[in-house]
Amino acid sequence: MTSTAPGLLVPAVDEDGAPFWDYAARGELRIQACADCGRLRFPPRPCCPYCRSFASEWRPVSGRGRIWSFVIAHPPLPPAYQERAPYPVLLVELAEDPGIRLVGDLAAESQQGPGHGQGQGHGQGGAPASGGPGGGRRRRPAQRAPEPRIGAPVRVVFEQPPVPDCPPLPRWALI
Amino acid sequence: MLDGFKDRTAIVGIGQTRFGGHPPGRPPEHPVESGKELACRAVLAALEDAGIDPGEVDALASYTLEETDEVELAAALGLGDLTWFSRTGYGGGGSCATVAQLAAAIAAGQATVGVAWRSRRRGPRGRPWQAPGAAAEPRPGPAQPRQGGERQPVAAQWTRPFGLLRPADEVAMLTRRYLHEYGATRDHLFNVALACRNRANQNPAAIMYERPLTREMYMDARWISEPLCLYDNCLDTDGALACVVVGAERARDCPRRPVLVHAATQSLPPLHHGMVDYWCEDPLASPGWTAAHTLWKNADLTPEEIDCAQMADAFTPQVLFTLEAYGFCGRGEGGAFTEGGALELGGRLPVNTGGGGLSEGYLHGFNHITEAVRQLRGDSTAQVPGASSALVTAGECVPTSALILRAGEGGRR
Repeated sequence: MTSTAPGLLVPAVDEDGAPFWDYAARGELRIQACADCGRLRFPPRPCCPYCRSFASEWRPVSGRGRIWSFVIAHPPLPPAYQERAPYPVLLVELAEDPGIRLVGDLAAESQQGPGHGQGQGHGQGGAPASGGPGGGRRRRPAQRAPEPRIGAPVRVVFEQPPVPDCPPLPRWALI
Repeated sequence: MLDGFKDRTAIVGIGQTRFGGHPPGRPPEHPVESGKELACRAVLAALEDAGIDPGEVDALASYTLEETDEVELAAALGLGDLTWFSRTGYGGGGSCATVAQLAAAIAAGQATVGVAWRSRRRGPRGRPWQAPGAAAEPRPGPAQPRQGGERQPVAAQWTRPFGLLRPADEVAMLTRRYLHEYGATRDHLFNVALACRNRANQNPAAIMYERPLTREMYMDARWISEPLCLYDNCLDTDGALACVVVGAERARDCPRRPVLVHAATQSLPPLHHGMVDYWCEDPLASPGWTAAHTLWKNADLTPEEIDCAQMADAFTPQVLFTLEAYGFCGRGEGGAFTEGGALELGGRLPVNTGGGGLSEGYLHGFNHITEAVRQLRGDSTAQVPGASSALVTAGECVPTSALILRAGEGGRR
């Protein structure tokens, strides 16, 4: 397995987003909500666009949702991504509020069909050393990972990418 | 509301350098000039076209991603005392805003001769995300430098770690949902690519001059970001363009027929998030919808009265979004609108008659402005007979801008 860690992008966390990643490090998916009007908002920001309150809280959500859309990325891509291409990227609408949509990749456990086991056990914390976005290219096309489709139900899975100092990323498993 | 603006200013000169790019199957071509030299040449060409001495220029406008700054341009060309200058943001969304802001400044009496320009010379390193090491180190902070110093929106941390890296990926996400929701097809996207290519085949200045596109080529092309293939993407281009804006009275005495700035707008809808506009209430209602509302409200024209349109086409689906946003068809009908040659010369709405970003060259949409001027002067290489009005739109899916231009009276030729 090729180590692709050096080329992977990690979140460039800002002040508003920091709590999201802190909760992610604990394996929790939380979304910012207005502490006054109660509406969820994403991405996080200091003021509620609906009631202009500066009071907010981080509300746990179920981690269930549906695929709103997805792409399959092909080259040309940066090297660490190019060697995994083609790979899917999903946009998931949350069960609690379909207006809250999260970009994410397909979780490794969505990719464990027949013959998809190579590479498991590499990386940290069960990270898909040969997987990551979309799985390894040698799996295609005969052992292609499950296809995403619009409307498909998914659940969140936190996975630690093989990158130092990167928070676990929320990924999505097909259910 | 816009009595102090409507038709008060005009574009009286345009200029451009030759374009270089990456034609399929051929090695990359680059103009030999530096980005600064390209800018200087385009601005001088536009001023010569306008019959105006560089020493008279007192206003400049360009994009925030422009690398040649006002100081360099003014010093190199011996411009006059600048009394006004501005930059417009959000990549290709800023194209029409450059002219809009110059026109507003001149109409308000803050300047008399304005030049808008865009120059681009990428050098051998290509796009930032292609460069070795560009992705290797995460950059601190919420905003990351993008091409030309453009800063990324705060959304980067919510998209890029998951492999959604390129503008093509960002727009492909909206495109798949659009195709799903409205039943539009890849053939509709092909219709857009074909119309642009057909016009470029008529334009000797276009990168795709004499390079026809067929449906077979399109359908067999490699994917970039499914559902977008190679031909759904604009041409990365080096080169420069410029135009000169003056008051309408002075415009009558310039050598070329004036092209009046009839209406203009910028647009940043609520909860908008740049090209990853996934978090507003209705991601398929692009910023063009907001722009169009203001534009038509302030214009004497309706969509039915527009003779040709130069539409943002960094990616083919943006043309479908724009057709709907600006009211040329109903919502969800953009794909069907393209059928039967509607976008071709002689069709219901000829678009991107110079070849557009898809086939003339992609300089963040500035060539849409210059092509609209050529149409309204009557000297396009794909002339719409008697064209007297044109819509120009800037980048879709980002905070955008738009112009309605009209053929004016006067000019010695």
